[in-house]
Amino acid sequence: MSAYQQQLSPAAPVAESGPADAAVRWPVLFLLASSILWLLAGSVLALIAAIKLHTPGFLADCEFLTYGRVHPAALNAFAYGWGVNAGLAVALWLMARLSRATLPGGGLLIVAGAFWNLGVKLGVLGILAGWSTSVPWLEMPHQVVPLLLVAYALAAAWVVGALRHGSSPRLYVSQWWLLVALFSFPWLWATAEAMLFFGPVRGTVQAIVAAWFAHGFLLLWFTPVALAIMYYLLPKLLGKPIRAYHLASFGFWAYVACAGWAGASRLLGAPVPAWTQAAGTVASLMLLAPLGVIAVNLFGTLFNGGMAALARSNVLRFVGMAALFFVLALLRYAMMSLGAGTAIQLSWFAAASDYVVLYGVFSFAVFGAVYYLMPRLVRRAWPYASLIHAHFVCSALGFILAGVALSLGGLKQAAELSRGVPFAEVTAHTMPALQLATVGGLILLVGHLVFAFHFVKLAFCPCVRARAAAAPVPAELLRTAPELEAAS
Amino acid sequence: MNRATVIFFGAFFALTLSWAGLLLSNVRSYGVLAPYFDDTENKAYPSQVPGLAARGAQVYADLGCAYCHTQQVRGGEPSADLARKWGGRESYGRDYIREERVLLGDLRVGPDLRNFGVRAPAAAELYLHLYSPTTVVPGSTMPAHRFLFATRQIAGQPSPFALDRAKVAVPAGSEVVPTERAQVLVAYLMGLHDGYDYPEEKQKNTPPKKAGEKKPETHTPEAPKK
Ligand code: HEC
Repeated sequence: MSAYQQQLSPAAPVAESGPADAAVRWPVLFLLASSILWLLAGSVLALIAAIKLHTPGFLADCEFLTYGRVHPAALNAFAYGWGVNAGLAVALWLMARLSRATLPGGGLLIVAGAFWNLGVKLGVLGILAGWSTSVPWLEMPHQVVPLLLVAYALAAAWVVGALRHGSSPRLYVSQWWLLVALFSFPWLWATAEAMLFFGPVRGTVQAIVAAWFAHGFLLLWFTPVALAIMYYLLPKLLGKPIRAYHLASFGFWAYVACAGWAGASRLLGAPVPAWTQAAGTVASLMLLAPLGVIAVNLFGTLFNGGMAALARSNVLRFVGMAALFFVLALLRYAMMSLGAGTAIQLSWFAAASDYVVLYGVFSFAVFGAVYYLMPRLVRRAWPYASLIHAHFVCSALGFILAGVALSLGGLKQAAELSRGVPFAEVTAHTMPALQLATVGGLILLVGHLVFAFHFVKLAFCPCVRARAAAAPVPAELLRTAPELEAAS
Repeated sequence: MNRATVIFFGAFFALTLSWAGLLLSNVRSYGVLAPYFDDTENKAYPSQVPGLAARGAQVYADLGCAYCHTQQVRGGEPSADLARKWGGRESYGRDYIREERVLLGDLRVGPDLRNFGVRAPAAAELYLHLYSPTTVVPGSTMPAHRFLFATRQIAGQPSPFALDRAKVAVPAGSEVVPTERAQVLVAYLMGLHDGYDYPEEKQKNTPPKKAGEKKPETHTPEAPKK
């Protein structure tokens, strides 16, 4: 049984592959292929960084691979290379589909994507070569940022154009989230770059800008893209509309209103005004309201559709994981914004919380989306169901292992740091967590290699193509699915 | 106005509000903090960062020391920073106003360095620490920065900065000397010190002591947002 058939239960809706998919085929393939290359590069760099934390002698004499460079290089490859490329690809596909748009100009999108990738390459190499700004999430030398912003604007404008020129009269909740993501990211980024590097603000206000950006990037780019995927795929895969759809709008607006403020909670206890820290705490706690509503939407649908579907569909498993991690991420941020958070903020627990958003929420959702959209895009089924399963197991196992290790290790580290345990002992006690994180990183890398191999096989391998050409296009790809996403 | 336009403007408005509330307001209040002029000492604090140290700060940034080292001393519960002697007082916003790039750091893999200048060993020891951390601190996980040093033939007088031959392996007739980047970095590290206690902040942070109360609250977690 092919992977594709396996994802579909008899009761589940069958998805279509229509003109909207055809119009975006090449740009989406281009962006996805680039994003997967970045995913691999980011995983390798992150693994090197992880090893160095417990075995500092590893590649110690390579200046460009010193921890303080390889770590930000990994982060930027992951966030801007994998995250933005893949996010744009999925946004493009979803938006074209939901808007029923067949907008011309896909070639321009590929050009924009090429410039984006060129910019990120220069940025990451710049970090390794010693031009890092050292401001977390904004390390790429600021000289490449204008190029990146222009490339991004071109691509994002196309996606928004698809919405305007589409023939669908309705706006589904996924489209709301995509709009917010597409718009917030350049806003946040351009502002932060301007206030930090082009005309630097003074003193610790810089830290506030950086925190506002970092949190905004996570909560207003990565998370919304993931939510758009979840709101789209859950009903599709389960054959049930979103539970309590009328609440989705409240969840959306409440989330958007609070997310921008929550970043200040990253500075709990730092030398910035107390009211700023308090604003971050209030916003992080207020985010729990939309969290509840969104969780009712997502998990209500999931339970309604029957948990048994989880066993049948690989895509659903990825998306379900992403939904779980979404709840976990916001709960962690809320917890860290409270009094005890002062200590936790400077520990591995805080770092792990960001990884929950970057990997647990965003990457899991995107993996699910890629497994769903690729067969519709190229009109061929995934060649090996077992590889999808292997990827899922590696990603889930590797991430949970690393995440749990860093979280528990981080809590212990925070407690010991604030109890005054001698520093060398604190360091020694975090070692097991860092070693486990390396093991987790290794498992993740294996999963990503499997994913990349399978992707190349499906998209480019002549034998898979020939086999697919000989057989008729799977009927499921041609039929129209029930229009669950039009329920508004 | 159709729905998409509403969402567009709604998101724009929400983000702009957070920008104005968190960033703009701080730029206008906190961002204009001025150095404090002490009449008795006839000096302004924080003092100007010397040129060498400013270049060292750039090396500190390009090598990413800030991913492992914070530069923010925290007072109050639940912090042990003061007990660890990472500083004589907690850090204030005013301490940072002369710095071109403020790197508070958000993870403590290594010790806080905000006041490292106070506890810094002699330069020779610090060079050795950068060259081979485990030689100075057995079991250290700080990465070695041997690439900040050059091994060269001794020609004439040995360099006064050369690393101690008894502690590092050096081929005969050669010496290991810090490069210029290592020198400015060390100048930067040795200069890290927030020594001055500003009356305004000091007063705000030390309200009249009540019996049984140790330390004032440095933040109010539940204060209203607006
Ligand atoms: C991978 C994390 C890491 C990086 C990167 C790192 N350090 Fe460290 N550093 C440590 C650890 C752990 C210690 C504590 C053990 C020791 O003293 O060697 C330490 C200790 C120190 C100390 C001694 C502090 C004290 O209180 O005695 C100094 C000074 C220092 N580091 C400077 C630097 C500089 C400068 C850089 C950048 C060039 C840097 N470190 C990069 C982890 C790191």
